[in-house]
Formats: sequence, C-alpha cells, structure tokens
Amino acid sequence: MVIYGVYIVSKSGGLIFNHDHNIPKVVSEHTFNHPIDIKLVNENKKIVVSFGQHDGIMVGHTLIAVNGTSVSGTQLDDGRDALEMIEDKSNYPLTLRFTRPRVTTNEKIFLASMFYPLFALASQLSPEPKSSGIEVLEADTFKLQCFQTLTGVKFMIVADPAQTGLENILRKIYEIYADFALKNPFYSLDMPIRCELFESNLQALLEQAEKSSNITHV
Amino acid sequence: MTIHNLYIFDKNGTLLFYTEWNRLKNSGITREEEAKLMYGMLFSIKSFVAKISPLDMKKGFLCYKTNKYALHYLETPTGLKFILNTDVNAHDVRELLQKIYSQVYVEYIVMNPVCKLDEPIKSELFKEKLDELIKNSPFFVSKSV
Repeated sequence: MVIYGVYIVSKSGGLIFNHDHNIPKVVSEHTFNHPIDIKLVNENKKIVVSFGQHDGIMVGHTLIAVNGTSVSGTQLDDGRDALEMIEDKSNYPLTLRFTRPRVTTNEKIFLASMFYPLFALASQLSPEPKSSGIEVLEADTFKLQCFQTLTGVKFMIVADPAQTGLENILRKIYEIYADFALKNPFYSLDMPIRCELFESNLQALLEQAEKSSNITHV
Repeated sequence: MTIHNLYIFDKNGTLLFYTEWNRLKNSGITREEEAKLMYGMLFSIKSFVAKISPLDMKKGFLCYKTNKYALHYLETPTGLKFILNTDVNAHDVRELLQKIYSQVYVEYIVMNPVCKLDEPIKSELFKEKLDELIKNSPFFVSKSV
C-alpha cells in the first residue's frame, strides 16, 4: 500500500490543500570521463538530461551536484557555471549527481488548475449521456482517484497503481474536511486550508490506510 | 459490455480515422472540432501525468474512467495514438488496441503503398478488417438505446 499524495481543489479550480505522503527519492550518481556520454541541455534554468539514459540516470532528470558541490539552477554553489565545467576537459573525471525533479508548490497549483478542464472535457467528450468527469486516471507508475463532492470540491489521491479502496479513503478525507476544516471558525471557504487538526487527522488516516488494506471494513 | 468509438491520431494531431459502434451521445460539435478537443485533452493529460508522476514512467498514460465510460490510450513510439472508448467494466483493452495497431493498421495501411501515412484513412479494406476485429472481441455487445 503506497499513497503518494493528496490534493484538494476548490470548485473554481484552485489548489486549497496538498499533502505529500511518501514520495520516493530517485537519485543517481555516476563518475564520468571525457567526453561525457549523456546529452545535457539548459531547460527552464535547470540542467536536464535530454538523451542517453544509463545507470539510473533517466531523460528528464536534473543535475543537482557536481563533485559533491550542489547545483542551484545552472550554477554551482561556488559561483561556477555547471555546463562550462562539464565542457572543460581538464575537470575530468567528474562526478555528477542527478535526480528526478520534485514538483514545486507553484507547479502543484498549476497542475491542479490543469486538471479542472480535463475533468470537464472528459464529461463533454463522453459517448454516453450524463457522464461524470474523470474518476480514475491510470498511468504505469501511479493511479489518480478523484472524488467530486456535490458542492464541487474535488478530492484527489495519487497512489500506487495496485492500491485498492481509494474511494473509501477519499470519502473519509471528505469527512475529515467537513469536521476539521469547515467547522473551524477561522477557515474561510475556498481559501487554502491551514488547520493543524485537519492535517494531523489526515496524516493519521493515510498511515492507517497504508498499514491495512482492510480500511474498507473498518 | 460495449465498445463506443475509436480515434486514431498521427504524431501531429491530425485525425487519421474515426469510427463509432455504440455511441449514445454526440458532443454537439462537428467531428473536426471534437477531434481537436480530444487531441488537446490527451496532450494535456500526457503532460499532466508526466509532471505528477512520482516515478519515472515507461508507458505513461494508460486510461481514465468516469462513471459511464472508460477511455483507453495507446501511443506507439512513432507518435501514433489509438483511443478506444469502452464501458467501465472492459479490461485488457490494451491488448485489443495493440492488435488494432499491429494486425490492422500495419497490415492494411502501412503495407499498402497507395495509402499515404499522414492523411486520413480512406481504405475500405482497413475499415472492414477493423470492424471484424472489434466485433469479434469479447467486449463488443451491442447496447440498444
């Protein structure tokens, strides 16, 4: 049982809550000789692998450290330009560390508002009348289950593809939301949820769900 | 169980082929508009899935389900996209999509020198063979309106 994250989107499509549960870290390190056998490009102010995957370094991974010195953006922490350093033959052998980029909070807000039209289009392009929006979206590495309440709030959970009983977990999250976010006098509707009790209860629910797949019968 | 319709797109988003078997609701827009909408949605889903995935993906987006239907998606390494809408209970639709690609598309379009690859499919033989494959598949049961 692995749950990767929970997202709550308001009826206008804004992200009002997100919780990363346990996202696996994908980090790989390798020592290279000149010339380097992977193609690196500068993309959105990050150095990204664009070709030549091997030893766990995959296309799309970003460079995070050169010889143990961490890289922020395209520069090393000591001010040197990482790409220039990689091109310079005299610096070899070089140890480069790569990781799969983590989704930033900004990107999460962006993704949440992106899901909104997808949800609506799925219902419009339906071959059957009166279809709802997307309820389950599956890829080979994860499964996203979405539950929309009658008031239009969407609860989403990202989990392992083999995970079952997600609908029940979502309903329980809805209960927690109703109890600890909506009944909190300091919470205003459609605003980001910052309630400690809500978070701790959610955390407890997810942990319980991961421990036993029998949550459906509790 | 039933199969609703099938879309085939090329790598540039051109609708190569569309056919339907049991479609009970029309989207109320022209077929070209609908195809653009469909391609746009899939394009967005692809980038959405690539961003939100916690791990590196191999096949990427596979399918989504609503309460009424399921959309199954197969993309070949050459960028061809096969989209099949079925009811929610159908499983192993991926195998069927793979068959449509390898046993019908490759056999009757790619191996037919008269068919241009980046243009909408007009071959009658292709349509016939596709119909045959779909109607013989276990999911295909006609549903009356």
